[in-house]
Amino acid sequence: MKIHQISLFAENKPGHISAPARLLAKEGIDIRALYLADTQDYGILRLIVADWQKAAALLEAQGFVVKVTEVLAVEVADHPGGLADVLGALDGSGINIEYMYAFPYVRGDQAILIFRFNDPDAAIERLQTAGINLVASEELLKK
Amino acid sequence: MMNRILETCASDCHPASVPDYTPLPELRALQLKRLQAVVTRAWNQVKPFRSRMDELGLAPGDIQSLDDIARLPFTQKSDLRDNYPFGLFASPMKDVVRLHASSGTTGKPIVVAYTQEDVDVWTSVLVRALAGCGLHRGDIIQVAYGYGLFTGGLGAHYGAEGLGATVVPASGGHADRQIMLMKDFGVTAMCCTPTYFLHLIDCAAELGVDMKALPLRAGVFGAEPWTDAMRQHIEKMSSIEAFDIYGLSEIIGPGVGCECRRHQGLHIFEDHFYPEVVDPETGAPLPDGSEGELVLTTLSKQAMPMIRYRTHDITRILPGSCECGRTLRRIDRIGRRSDDMLIIRGVNVFPSQVETALLAVDGALPHFQILLTRSQGLDQMEVQVEVTPSMFNDKIGALQELHGKLQHALDRVLGIRVKVSLVEAHTIERSEGKAKRVIDRRTS
Repeated sequence: MKIHQISLFAENKPGHISAPARLLAKEGIDIRALYLADTQDYGILRLIVADWQKAAALLEAQGFVVKVTEVLAVEVADHPGGLADVLGALDGSGINIEYMYAFPYVRGDQAILIFRFNDPDAAIERLQTAGINLVASEELLKK
Repeated sequence: MMNRILETCASDCHPASVPDYTPLPELRALQLKRLQAVVTRAWNQVKPFRSRMDELGLAPGDIQSLDDIARLPFTQKSDLRDNYPFGLFASPMKDVVRLHASSGTTGKPIVVAYTQEDVDVWTSVLVRALAGCGLHRGDIIQVAYGYGLFTGGLGAHYGAEGLGATVVPASGGHADRQIMLMKDFGVTAMCCTPTYFLHLIDCAAELGVDMKALPLRAGVFGAEPWTDAMRQHIEKMSSIEAFDIYGLSEIIGPGVGCECRRHQGLHIFEDHFYPEVVDPETGAPLPDGSEGELVLTTLSKQAMPMIRYRTHDITRILPGSCECGRTLRRIDRIGRRSDDMLIIRGVNVFPSQVETALLAVDGALPHFQILLTRSQGLDQMEVQVEVTPSMFNDKIGALQELHGKLQHALDRVLGIRVKVSLVEAHTIERSEGKAKRVIDRRTS
């Protein structure tokens, strides 16, 4: 159920995102989702790619500082209240959302959100018990 | 005498180590004899030295005791630059078998020369240094100092070979290849700069090589000042014993002094290099135990004698004798240089303080650079810290917390407000394995 996400440290300066992007492009690695968290001076580029092991190894070989984190892809009904339902399932569980962002592809009337939880295993159990669908890696990464 | 000495130093019993244990009266007598000889040689062969002696009304015969050394003129780095390339040589070129040069930051490099006898002395002090670190025949020593004009590579190479160890002359650079050699050849000791070894620790982690599981047991690190905090970090991350070795090209290269296994200061091979500590402002000699600038005189150098060379390295001569039994005096580890002191808004700051502050923060490494600028007449100091895998986190909050901790540690140690920036790994310039610590863009 868990998705491997790659995070990169980047200074907040022109051109600093293009080097990793070019590197992945050259190797034909498809970026399926991307989110840039930034401060005034630096940012963290988070990527979900087709082949995370290869991408992480390539980036590390080029001197990038890379961290691989496990995140969850959660199906959310694409109508008002859809997100509130998912979050409601976590109420009272003590599970914390470290951060979240939207996956750019929609499946029918279902949107997909990427969540980084402090305790992914507890979140899986809780969400599945509440009947919320988690998208597996193979499914998420196929076009 | 040799057998008796070898019995007392069973752990590092190399015949070359015998002079380390010379009884003090004998050592002082030898030093005086050599001092008189080297001053005579320089006076006869090196014109700039003779004219300076003449100005002071001094002749070699005035050196009657070791204390008389304080009457002799100092030699400065500028003297080497002014007499570029061969002006301070005391041997004809036909006797010079080797030249080395240090990379000058401005203009011409500084050139140093060796006769065969000088090369042999250099090798012998390095053999003594490495033996003092507990290394011996059977060890496999990888030399990752740059080979070339820089004295580090060839100096360590000849020393390790002289010791009878197996040398892996890897030279600098290519970290992944260095790690492969360490692993495949079963390397037991590394010679390189401490910052380069830190870099190797990082790279090994990235390559999935467990440095602690390698046969590596010792590191002999030099060519730049490093702190005890850095030693602890290195020893913890790699399970080795880390030794500080000291030297400078002007005197001979690496091997002027080195720690023994007691790690209580660096023994100076003072049968060849006579140490004094002077007040960096006035040049007045300071008693043992007082901190000041280290001044060295080469007692046996043929090709290029250095009389009272001002090293700009700040240290003190440690009083008392070392438990290891060597009679050689020891200096404190060099934490700073009189010429790397920065004055920021009137406050004295040393790069070593920045290193200590960074290492006090969990997970942080001393891959840093100090950038000085001036804005509206005020000095601004920025410390750029490379984000390494052990520091990086995918959560902004965690990075901001790290940033805050670094800021706090630096404010506390330095006593002034500095800007802390997190920068990408491997972006700080390194040369010959030495980190370039300070970039000063203040235009006065």
